[in-house]
Amino acid sequence: MKNTLRQVFHSPKFVIGFVIFAALLLTTIIYPIIVTADPLEMVGNGNFFKPGTYVSVKDSVEGTRYTLNVDVKAGSLDSKISAEDKESMKEWLTKFGGVAEADINLEDTEGLIALWEANYSEDADQPGLTASRKKYFVRLNKNIDGVLLDSDVIIAQKDPETGELVESATIGSKEFVNTKDVANKKTFILGTDNFGRDVLTELVDATKTSLRVGLIAGIIATLIGLFLGLISGYMGGVVDDLIMFITNMFTVIPSFVLLILISYSVGQNARGVNLVGIIIGLTSWTWTTRSVRSQVISLRNRDHVNLSKLSGHSMMRIVLTDILPYLASYVVMAFILQISSGILSEAQLSMLGLGPSTSNAATLGLMMNWATAYAAPLNGSWWAYFPVVVTIALIAFSLNLMNTGLDQVFNPQLRD
Amino acid sequence: MSEKRAQCLTGKGVTKVFGLGDKKTVAVDHVDFDFREGEIISIVGESGSGKTTLSKMLLGLISVSEGEVMFQGKPRDISTNQKKKEYWKGIQAIFQDPFSSYNTFNKIDSVLLDCINMRGGKSLPYDQKFEMMREACSFVNLEFKELTNKYPFELSGGQMQRLMIARIFLLKPKILLADEPTSMIDACSRATILDMLLKLRDEINMTIIFITHDIGLAYYISDSVYIMEHGKFVEHGKAEDVILHPKATYTQRLINDVPKIYEEWDLSTV
Ligand SMILES: Nc1ncnc2c1ncn2[C@@H]1O[C@H](COP(=O)(O)OP(=O)(O)OP(=O)(O)O)[C@@H](O)[C@H]1O
Ligand SMILES: [Mg+2]
Repeated sequence: MKNTLRQVFHSPKFVIGFVIFAALLLTTIIYPIIVTADPLEMVGNGNFFKPGTYVSVKDSVEGTRYTLNVDVKAGSLDSKISAEDKESMKEWLTKFGGVAEADINLEDTEGLIALWEANYSEDADQPGLTASRKKYFVRLNKNIDGVLLDSDVIIAQKDPETGELVESATIGSKEFVNTKDVANKKTFILGTDNFGRDVLTELVDATKTSLRVGLIAGIIATLIGLFLGLISGYMGGVVDDLIMFITNMFTVIPSFVLLILISYSVGQNARGVNLVGIIIGLTSWTWTTRSVRSQVISLRNRDHVNLSKLSGHSMMRIVLTDILPYLASYVVMAFILQISSGILSEAQLSMLGLGPSTSNAATLGLMMNWATAYAAPLNGSWWAYFPVVVTIALIAFSLNLMNTGLDQVFNPQLRD
Repeated sequence: MSEKRAQCLTGKGVTKVFGLGDKKTVAVDHVDFDFREGEIISIVGESGSGKTTLSKMLLGLISVSEGEVMFQGKPRDISTNQKKKEYWKGIQAIFQDPFSSYNTFNKIDSVLLDCINMRGGKSLPYDQKFEMMREACSFVNLEFKELTNKYPFELSGGQMQRLMIARIFLLKPKILLADEPTSMIDACSRATILDMLLKLRDEINMTIIFITHDIGLAYYISDSVYIMEHGKFVEHGKAEDVILHPKATYTQRLINDVPKIYEEWDLSTV
């Protein structure tokens, strides 16, 4: 036993899979201790705020200001106009603006913008440009508009008596606040989702829930599969026929269809996380049954089983001590795969809107479902779905890696 | 002499067919036999002739396709699990392949302890059990102290076979089916072990059905010999009669194929 364990941890595949999986698992345990916020709290008032730190504008305006001698214009120009934009501007100006290529210096952003403002016109004749390209230039033009202006921003307050606006401060372009002085700020490492929930916190919570669904489904499927497979394979005869009949019936109807039907009939409100796990487990035991059965059939005629029979052992004892141990490694592998497929099934179900009821839990599948429903992939909100996809992939990948690692360790011994 | 002894296992038209249709193999083909109590019967035949299959049928581990096996003169009834258990109380086996005969997850001690428990020694103090195990092992030239707490796969093939025979010394069954029990044991230990088995036969009137390729060995230990070819018994009778005066050509071939020292080995007959 100890030897096998050592061998298992010498298999690089298993170790890599195990490390990834353990890291995911530890994150779901440790993260909530550090970030105690409710993962389902709707922080953002609006959908899909992009990743970054959000600081309070009021705090920034009212806080201490520092003047720094930095070229702010270059900074804001760079953030507004990318190198690609500059190339496009150059292309437009030479093609349709009548500017000689030699006059354009891409290093000199200000000069380029000045040229642009002097020559660009939305209504200019632009032969050969697609509509979307034209729109791009209009947008670019709007972006650039006013970027060179350097007037101060004036802060005014309403006079409580006269109701007139009284200038209270001006903010020059070289004034800064220290983010440490800003009392209210919030960092969304992975932005927010369509409900304004913090995606990272939600993701960690969802991973935990999905792992639970997978574990419940895996345990149930493996137990049922193991039990039926052992009985069917060892007893044979009528019992075997009956169990195989039921198993075949479940196999003929694709388990996913069955899953959909059961989930649908249970109804949206009754579907808790555990129930979904149970439903998935109840529909996915068939292949464990089949493979355990065929293994048992090949084991039951072995001489060590015959010897056990001749030694007067009961059927129960033979199954438990002479057959089950030979299957143990196989069952562990099947269990790992069942967890992985349980998590994927939950994701698929939730994508169809048949997952756990949405109000009380986040699962990886539900996060995907909402991201798609709110067209996150179309409006470029990658943070709402991409991390979820990566997490699902990592879980499945690590579990499968562990499985193949185990396979390599166990199989030569199984052949004995 | 066999006529005076009581009937032990007798068979009429015993047949075993594996598979169906095209893949059908008739492993044992309508064999008749009459094994008497306290006899040593050898079944000799080349590889694949159906010896192991017949012994599994005699043990009740696989079903009989056709024909009938009689036990102590009455039709053998092993239709239920309870009846099977009852039948297995008096019959033991040494299987052909020692490597697959052990549960690799159980220590060697448990194999021998099982035997002691079966013989009603469950409540004996451990000292006494230890002594019984040590004695059984020494019968087969094994040192129990070296084996205790080991797993079967840590033994050599010959050691495994000896341990199987040690089981028999502990169990002292009425019937023993030994399927090439000494194939991996050196000639010197083999003689001692076989002598022990013969002694056991004299002591408790054990019936031994001895399966072997080795016709010389069969001659040495057995009272009667059955020669098996392609699932059929081609010849049977007293050991001296069959081996010294073989009638069937198959038997003559088997005897001629035994290489003799000091003699040119004629490969053309192989
Ligand atoms: N479980 C099985 N299913 C199908 N065919 C079998 C099975 N067991 C044995 N056979 C076939 O039955 C025939 C007899 O096999 P058996 O094992 O009885 O031979 P044997 O005389 O014991 O040979 P050996 O001396 O090599 O042990 C062989 O042709 C074998 O292929
Ligand atoms: Mg054989």
